[in-house]
Amino acid sequence: MRFKASVFGLAAVLLVAAPVALSQFRTEQLTEVGVTFIAILGLDVLVGHAGQISLGHGAFMAVGGYTTAILMADHGVRDLWTIPVAAAVAGAVGLVAGVTAVRLSGFSLALVTFGLAVAFPALVLRFDHFTGGAAGIELAGKPAQTGHGAGVVVLGRHLSNGDWGYGLTWTVAVACFLLVRWLLSSRFGRALRAVRDDERAAATSGISRAVAKVGALGVSAALAGTAGSLLAIDTAQVGPGTFSAELSLYLLAGAVVGFFCSVRGAIVGALLLQFLPDLARLLPHVGSREAGPATFVLGLAVVLVTLLLPPALRAGTAFARRAEARTE
Amino acid sequence: MTALVQHVASGVASGGIYGSLALAIVLIYRATGVINLAQGELATLSAFGCWTLVDHGWAFWPAFGATLALSFGGGVALHALLLQPLRNSPLLRSVLVTAGLALAVNGLDTWIWGGASRSFHGPFSASAVTAGGVALSKQDLGVAGVSLAAALVTGLLLVRTKLGLGLRAVVSPVEARFAGVRVGALAAVGWGLAAALGAVAGMLAAPSLQLDPNMMQRVLLYAFAAAALGGLLSPVGAVVGGIVLGVFLDLAGAYVHRIGGELRPATALAVLAGVLLLRPNGLLGGTAPERA
Amino acid sequence: MSLLELRDVHVRYGEIRALRGVTLSVELGDFVAILGANGAGKTTTLRAISGLVKTTGEVFLEGSKLFRRTPDGMARLGVAHVPEGRGTFTTLSVLDNLRLGAWTRRGTSTRDLAHVFELFPLLYERRERRAGTLSGGEQQMLAIGRVLMAKPILALLDEPSRGLEPVVVHELFEALRRINEGGTAIVLAEHKPALALGAARRAFVLENGRVAVGGDAADVRGHELLRVGPES
Repeated sequence: MRFKASVFGLAAVLLVAAPVALSQFRTEQLTEVGVTFIAILGLDVLVGHAGQISLGHGAFMAVGGYTTAILMADHGVRDLWTIPVAAAVAGAVGLVAGVTAVRLSGFSLALVTFGLAVAFPALVLRFDHFTGGAAGIELAGKPAQTGHGAGVVVLGRHLSNGDWGYGLTWTVAVACFLLVRWLLSSRFGRALRAVRDDERAAATSGISRAVAKVGALGVSAALAGTAGSLLAIDTAQVGPGTFSAELSLYLLAGAVVGFFCSVRGAIVGALLLQFLPDLARLLPHVGSREAGPATFVLGLAVVLVTLLLPPALRAGTAFARRAEARTE
Repeated sequence: MTALVQHVASGVASGGIYGSLALAIVLIYRATGVINLAQGELATLSAFGCWTLVDHGWAFWPAFGATLALSFGGGVALHALLLQPLRNSPLLRSVLVTAGLALAVNGLDTWIWGGASRSFHGPFSASAVTAGGVALSKQDLGVAGVSLAAALVTGLLLVRTKLGLGLRAVVSPVEARFAGVRVGALAAVGWGLAAALGAVAGMLAAPSLQLDPNMMQRVLLYAFAAAALGGLLSPVGAVVGGIVLGVFLDLAGAYVHRIGGELRPATALAVLAGVLLLRPNGLLGGTAPERA
Repeated sequence: MSLLELRDVHVRYGEIRALRGVTLSVELGDFVAILGANGAGKTTTLRAISGLVKTTGEVFLEGSKLFRRTPDGMARLGVAHVPEGRGTFTTLSVLDNLRLGAWTRRGTSTRDLAHVFELFPLLYERRERRAGTLSGGEQQMLAIGRVLMAKPILALLDEPSRGLEPVVVHELFEALRRINEGGTAIVLAEHKPALALGAARRAFVLENGRVAVGGDAADVRGHELLRVGPES
């Protein structure tokens, strides 16, 4: 993932200029792009670099989002400080899920994470004394919210809520990006790629393979949790609809279409997820039901990308064609 | 006591649905080595198709039959379009393709029929039948009957026909080729059969679940758990696993206070994770399943 | 016209040239042994015939040149290939394995199955068991049983005696003789020359991917012993 300084510079300029140049609505959209970007980054680590598949990243986002919401609403913790906590909690859930991945082949992780994605929204409704149930948790105006909903003063300048959210999200996003880059170039990253390229390689020991798998899921989940936390802060609420079962599939689609390979991919995926409904409205016969066509096009894109682009997807031979053998 | 019997009966009915979908999953897994993540969505699509036919004046059972046939054809086509091109690629690709398919079908359903749920009038009335002092709903009996019949037909096909022998043989594709089996063609049939079974599950589930694009999401989770209980490679195990799971979930929901409606998916997830961790070969045990 | 003919067949595994121009022929009802040290190209030759590897050169079956060969296509043409792994369907029963042997044939009768069980009573005893639970020798018998069910015009066998006890090997070769008497041509790749030469009518010795010696089994035997030394 080499980045020329010019590209970096251009990106920085665009990032700063956007909220100034664009409307509030677009700024909010771009904020959401930042959130999605972080979540997809997490998927990139897991799927692209460790060759494992997760269909439950929406659930990890939900864990992060609800952690933040509960800390803010019930315990008065300032929103900023909830972010690392949310990441940690989501990461812990990921580690637990990772334990099931250790002994098993790739399908098992896919199935378990799918189960997480489906079961979590139901859990949210069930434990409504925690989660506010169907009504969700309102965060706007709460004391824990930086600026109390009236805007924030940063370095002497007054920012609207939307701009503050944008800045916070993208600052965290850049930090996450740098963190992931560092992680992937470290020993951990090498271990991940060893897992991806040959799960049964004699070269890497069983223990380091296990650690890599569990670690990948933990890191990946923590990133998703961070994204969920930011989403809660930006939109000032969470509810069962915020993190639906389909969200996980959308995230995976975003990651696939962004080719898994690099940050550029995650950006493409995040932008696509955000703006596809708008694009879909350009299609004829699409009335107010843009969700359907957008989803359809997204799914179709995943199918086509998977079918037509052999080198782009560094698909792991983690699912080797040979026997569904357990790893040890 | 009567309550217990009623719960078991409804558990068997739900279990029949889970078992049918699980059977579809196992068939595809054996045929192409892939877990079809879109199995649930395809079942939903079939249910919508059936609904449309009925809406246009068809009687239920002819619509049911037509939907089965169309679903079979759809399954064969999907295999040819999506799986065959990927047969020499790593399996991760095929799994991703099914994930994309799931999204696309879900989107298609919403696009064509809208996201609101609608009622689906099944063939079984909601009234009850009394046997031995216990009132059993006709719906439960009918669903159990049809799903078990479908499983039985599939089983007979697999065990007593040459086609079935071939379908069972493709779990070892290398050896199958040496025997002269056209693995690709049989895998296609496997996909068609699986799509038809999924359609059965969808059409049986729709009356009680209300038909909407996300209808089968939870059912798919239950089907995965059922298939895992059977060891992922056993058709019999999938059906038995489905019934066991259905009864277990209904009884747990009724008799353990904590496990209400909303904890059902989480319970199924616990079962799924537990089986995968502790008994990857399924509860039926035996030697490790190998898909060569 | 020979039943099977290979003309100047080359096979490469990446950088390695496994076969460097193999030319040999097999007649109808023939019994041919392919000998040579490990790595000489015996297995590769069989794989080349079945189309499991890409080849240059020509392969003719009953006089017609075969272009894109695949294992299942060859099976449908009447060429049965028993690979080193014996091709057992481990998750299926012995009975199903045998039935699969006859997959390419139009109609099979229970008489064919009975014939196999007559030859291998042990298989009858184990007929409902999962084939994966059989011992090596039993699986080899099962493989032979499948060949019998297939009634092919040509059977390719890759080191069937590997890992088997002498008594079992003797039974194995008896069965091969019977198959050959039934009209099936046999091509046998074997590591142990004496065994194979005892059963075969003709033989080819491969060395470094080429046919070094070829001819009647008796003549080759003379050569072989001179070169390699007595081996059982």
